[in-house]
Amino acid sequence: MSNVPQELRYTKSHEWVRREEDGSVTVGITDHAQELLGDLVYVEAPEVGTTFSSGEDCAVVESVKAASDVYAPVSGEVTEANEALTDTPETVNSDPYGDGWIFKIKPADEGELDDLLDADAYAEQIAAEE
Amino acid sequence: MLIFEQSSTGRSNEAQIPDIDTKFDDIPAAFLRDESPGLPEVSEMQVVRHYTRLSQKNFSIDTQFYPLGSCTMKYNPRGCNSLALLPGFAQRHPLSPDNLSQGFLACMYDLQEILKDVTGMHGVSLAPMAGAQGEFAGVAMIRAYHDANNDTARTEILVPDAAHGTNPATATMCNYKVKEIPTDKEGDVDLEALRAAVGPQTAGIMLTNPSTLGVFERKIKEIATIVHEAGGLLYYDGANLNAILGKVKPGDMGFDVIHMNLHKTFSTPHGGGGPGAGPVGVSKRLLPYLPVPMVARQGDTYSVIDEDDLPTSMGRLSAFMGNAGVLIRAYVYARILGREGMHRVAEFATLNANYMMARLKQAGFDMAFKNRRATHEFILTLKKQYKELHVTAMDFAKRLLDYGYHAPTTYFPLLVPECFLIEPTETESQQELDGFVEAMIKIQKEAESSPETVTTAPHTLPVRRLDDVKAAKDLDLTWQ
Repeated sequence: MSNVPQELRYTKSHEWVRREEDGSVTVGITDHAQELLGDLVYVEAPEVGTTFSSGEDCAVVESVKAASDVYAPVSGEVTEANEALTDTPETVNSDPYGDGWIFKIKPADEGELDDLLDADAYAEQIAAEE
Repeated sequence: MLIFEQSSTGRSNEAQIPDIDTKFDDIPAAFLRDESPGLPEVSEMQVVRHYTRLSQKNFSIDTQFYPLGSCTMKYNPRGCNSLALLPGFAQRHPLSPDNLSQGFLACMYDLQEILKDVTGMHGVSLAPMAGAQGEFAGVAMIRAYHDANNDTARTEILVPDAAHGTNPATATMCNYKVKEIPTDKEGDVDLEALRAAVGPQTAGIMLTNPSTLGVFERKIKEIATIVHEAGGLLYYDGANLNAILGKVKPGDMGFDVIHMNLHKTFSTPHGGGGPGAGPVGVSKRLLPYLPVPMVARQGDTYSVIDEDDLPTSMGRLSAFMGNAGVLIRAYVYARILGREGMHRVAEFATLNANYMMARLKQAGFDMAFKNRRATHEFILTLKKQYKELHVTAMDFAKRLLDYGYHAPTTYFPLLVPECFLIEPTETESQQELDGFVEAMIKIQKEAESSPETVTTAPHTLPVRRLDDVKAAKDLDLTWQ
């Protein structure tokens, strides 16, 4: 069973979201997503300063099996990208919720965060998929 | 061992050295070599053994069953090859004037006509040199059509998530935004989602039918109506044309443009990087935009159509007549089959796939779409094996190599977990299909009793399990 930390919020498309103290949110892909993808060989993080609407594809993760888009969980401007993943994409496999974060985004509308799934709802979704 | 490592100073192969008495004194000194080119110094026999051994390490359609889904790896009849090598074709100079190329041009014209007839389209151009270029030509024609109507607000191409991965790439290449349309549980396009997605911004939809899920899109007529009513055009990806060849015509389904992969459906050599051939066919309204060159006929005379003859063309895609040698092979293939033969291609391709699917089902394997009949290919999912035995689709694929079978397509389409996309083609015998099924049953037993045999396969090949991550990240292609 994949790890679904209680304190995070989730999207149906398998991104996790953590609120930071400075008002931005950190985004990555879930343990379940990295397990499905297999060993990652490439991560393309979004450029800092770009704005996305929620649900728009903004990053790419590529594994030995497949390439997959990562979608913006909320609308907003990208404030930081995890550059270290360029050289070590495998960090997303080994530590999806920690050093494997992909980018940070400043939400345009904090209210959108309430639309995200909580841990129980996400765990239920992946159980239903299996 | 590389051939360079067999090199021994001073060894040469006198018998094969060309007898050249030309002096190269008209080449400027700056362009002449100072040193010898560093070729391996080996004997004729060493060369023969070296390359024969290398070829024996290869999996190929000439040596093994090759059920690579969506690739249509069928046998390439030798007759097509020997006729394409007739000196009149093989030694014809591409710059020969039309009046000295009538035989060749007649074959190209007939091939255009045959492809028109079998797809139900109004015009065909043989110019695209591969499937990807055919797709590019197709979407570029959709753009040319909307531009000609001053309909420039159409910025989106719809692509179902069961489409070939090249489709969104092509749409992007032609400067369209891609909108993905989901698939329902039975493998058909989700019509509600399609209705919600179309609008004045829709340039067209790119569809593969049968889709990459190995099922026929049953609602194709409704899809055509929805997209046409919104002012969009329908693009047919011919990747899976083998399943319906001569049986159902894309033109009758309502498609405006289609590309065909002659290296799949018309059995020209395939794999190892080509060369391919990706002709395009169009409905009436796209005729003015076909890529050049094409061949026209007036009475008994054939001539090449270029940009001057068709100024509205989307453009020139090849210097000469596409991949001419490949087109000749496809032409011969089509003539050997004839109209009835083309029907049999589709019949036996689908019969073989359904036979294999039924046998694998009996043996306890799970199909991705239980309620659907297979087209020319089908998908089985090894999700159960992964969950219960921790043996993956990749492990099964590698173990199949030990049994002498090329692995089917794995982990594609992405919609199905731990999947095998299996396409036997019409050219395999029942014995061959049975052999593959028996191998799958044996591997299942191994996965239950000694899973490490499967998870560490292959055991009998020159190269064992590769490190996929290292291969993707640390490519090292040079010697020394």
